[in-house]
Amino acid sequence: MSGHVGIVMLVHTAFDRAEQVIRHWNAAGCPVVVHVDRKVKAPVYKAFVAALSDLPDVLFSKRHRCEWGMWGIVAASQTGSEVMLERFPEVRHVYLASGSCMPLRPVQELQDYLARRPRTDFIESATTADVPWTVGGLDFERFTLRFPFSWRKQRVLFDWFVGFQRRYKLRRRIPDGLVPHMGSQWWCLTRQTLSAILQDPDRPVYDRYFRRVWIPDESYFQTLVRLYSQNIESRSLTLSKFDFQGKPHIFYDDHLQLLRRSDCFVARKIWPHADKLYQAFLTDPKHAMKKAEPNPGKIDRIFSKAVERRTRGRAGLYMQSRLPHMGQENGFSCAPYSVFEGFTELFEDFEVWLAKMTGTRVHGHIFAPEGVEFEGRTDTFAGALSANPVLRDYNARMYLTNLIWNTRGERQCFQFGPRDTQFVSWDMAKDPNAQISVITGAWAVPMFLSNRNFADIRQEAAQLQKIESEHLNALRSQWAKARVRIWSMAEFIESPMQGLQTVLDEMGVKTTRRITEAPRMVDLTGFGQFLQNLKNQGMHPYLMGDFLVEPPQHSRPEKVRKPYLVSRK
Amino acid sequence: MGRVSSLAQSYRMRLRRRRYRIRAFRKRRELKSVVDRTAAIRPRDILLFSTLRNEKVRLPYFLKYYREMGIDHFLFVDNDSDDGSRDYLADQPDASVWTTARSYKRARFGVDWLNWLQMRHGHGHWTLVVDPDEFFIYPFCDTRPIRALTDWLDASHVRSFGAMLLDMYPKGRLDAQPYVAGEDPLKIACWFDAGNYSIYKNHRYWNLWIQGGPRARTFFADDPYRAPALNKTPLVKWHRHYTYVDSTHMLLPRGLNLTYEQWGGEKASGMLLHTKFLDTFSVKAAEELTRGQHYANSREYKAYAEGLSDDPDLWCKWSEKYINWRQLEILGLMSKGNWA
Repeated sequence: MSGHVGIVMLVHTAFDRAEQVIRHWNAAGCPVVVHVDRKVKAPVYKAFVAALSDLPDVLFSKRHRCEWGMWGIVAASQTGSEVMLERFPEVRHVYLASGSCMPLRPVQELQDYLARRPRTDFIESATTADVPWTVGGLDFERFTLRFPFSWRKQRVLFDWFVGFQRRYKLRRRIPDGLVPHMGSQWWCLTRQTLSAILQDPDRPVYDRYFRRVWIPDESYFQTLVRLYSQNIESRSLTLSKFDFQGKPHIFYDDHLQLLRRSDCFVARKIWPHADKLYQAFLTDPKHAMKKAEPNPGKIDRIFSKAVERRTRGRAGLYMQSRLPHMGQENGFSCAPYSVFEGFTELFEDFEVWLAKMTGTRVHGHIFAPEGVEFEGRTDTFAGALSANPVLRDYNARMYLTNLIWNTRGERQCFQFGPRDTQFVSWDMAKDPNAQISVITGAWAVPMFLSNRNFADIRQEAAQLQKIESEHLNALRSQWAKARVRIWSMAEFIESPMQGLQTVLDEMGVKTTRRITEAPRMVDLTGFGQFLQNLKNQGMHPYLMGDFLVEPPQHSRPEKVRKPYLVSRK
Repeated sequence: MGRVSSLAQSYRMRLRRRRYRIRAFRKRRELKSVVDRTAAIRPRDILLFSTLRNEKVRLPYFLKYYREMGIDHFLFVDNDSDDGSRDYLADQPDASVWTTARSYKRARFGVDWLNWLQMRHGHGHWTLVVDPDEFFIYPFCDTRPIRALTDWLDASHVRSFGAMLLDMYPKGRLDAQPYVAGEDPLKIACWFDAGNYSIYKNHRYWNLWIQGGPRARTFFADDPYRAPALNKTPLVKWHRHYTYVDSTHMLLPRGLNLTYEQWGGEKASGMLLHTKFLDTFSVKAAEELTRGQHYANSREYKAYAEGLSDDPDLWCKWSEKYINWRQLEILGLMSKGNWA
């Protein structure tokens, strides 16, 4: 049984671990051919060879200089395979591995598995159209352009030369009969297929071509195997996960449970200092761990999540290692929230009522100039946000995003108006998570009810009207993405229940019945006259809509009031 | 035009960097070697640099914490301690110690001294620069030694790793629970502010400028601009041409400050748990007030002294209790980034 699987191993670092793994393979009867990177210094290489000299079935092949993305790795695989095929005639499957690969299951299982599939080639091999994981955006072009420069060390030249070839449409001809395929560089091929590739009379042509293909180790065997193989199973037996830059993820001690649940035979890359992993997996079958139910999906999830986190991040989070440019946030805030403008001015107990109806967190004016009005008017709130207005206005945008981030899972509602600091006016307007309901001109109600000198009132009214109309411009602009609903005050009080119902519906409050209990509206008797007075003083309050100087008789017939006088003018 | 001015600015930064390096070189004379074991440093060792003054009570746990993390050699500058810190450190087999009685402030708060030592001994090594009250936390730090992180950073071609300062504080008065040497200070100061930080970008040096936390909330609420900076880049694959500009908040060349992602994703980052607020604090604050050796004319300490005399409690109802790095990750204070 043993001896049918040969391992070709590419090593360039962590020689003690490589030795350990080689001994493990060899102990199970697998001959091993080792290729050591030419860049490794001679004394280190010699020591490594000497350390393994007691094993007759471990051979070393001619050394090549291996650089990422260059031809050397393919050349190394070729010479290693040649030695393997020539010196170990009983080998049926050749498994390409690296020094940082580690068998996850007893070697015997791999041998049995391959013995049952004597004619199957395990190599991930897909056409360029089907692979999403190309580095640098070069997929098909890696076969049609020339790449004489190193991507790692000569990036400027590399990019320039790619651009140059694109511009002047310089293309290479792909040798006849080849259909470019790509896939993981770690494969397991049968003697028949592998020798056909290595002994092909056209091999010099192919080699010359692939020498200038970019990252040929991901395409040389993957393409040529399509010419000869009778039975390709297009997957790698080596578990290998890549990050967003195409760099392999590394496995550590804390991945032990995860790796036990993999259904792959071999994993890479293992961190050389992951003692627990080496201890757990490189033992003889008797001491091997009990098999766990394979669950490769879990591994996938963890690593694809890491890629997602690195490329998109958590929406609405601003922190030390994530500060997106404006417009690159993929979401200004992390969760929906509701902004109410003019409601507390018009209804006496609006906040309490809203909290009761919706079960959400309802704050007062978060951006009030005197200080933040948290629910319950506390000094601090979630995440230890301070109610201090100076601290808030120091970075008002982040104050808002912090508030929403800190209360994930609980919907926030707050009041806003022209009296408040306006730093976040545009941010809210552009935020799809914001639901903004505005009763325009309602800010005049507290003035109307106040006991202040009319001249002051007039001046402030003019100012607030200007601020609110700027805010409304933001809400109505083409960049606004918030869900905005705007009523003029006159419009709203025609049918307040309907307005409130609309707002609650849009918040997605799950009440099947209609609103039974309404918040109490302030007494607006005389408001028309108040507006008229403002007009008479030369300040035209237009945001409220049209109010009759004398309120129509049917406006509030249900309330019984003390008799009062309406002065006519 | 834009290109010309950006080239001009790059050149200005280069000059500035050279000036700081020359400055560090000249300040080397202020340092007197107490014990020099730097010959024992091997090529791939991870080094820790620190300046301190009268921190003896903190040192046993500090050394234990970082040894367990995998620091190979410690390089200390002792600024004229009189509590025995110097002798204690000199007895440690993996530490080299220099001493100086010169002004901390005039050495730009110790930066010049450490820049010199890093230039001299840090070249080619991963170097961690922390104060004795700062505890470095990184993703998976409970299961992976710091070498796992630096190996991964090397493989990812990343030269610097950011770690925001997180102020830790006890519940109740600072002096309610005295700190004993060797004890984990996070047992006492285990609370922190989870989400009240403000971030601006410094367009000149490209670093972030993070402020907030309990100090901003209690001592600097009316003048947040002055609140202490919390952004730090303590872990750097050092090159002798690099230099810290202002504590570990900024580095030159500026590219080292880009420890954050600007196109939506998250880079990996860590945390420095700042355990300044123990019972030892009031003594320090009083001393620093008379010495006037700290940043912005010890403004911070003045504010503390005033704040501490009436109500020393930094804790509030919304304070978060520290559990582990995963908690900080979920809260969005740090990130695993691409590391899994």
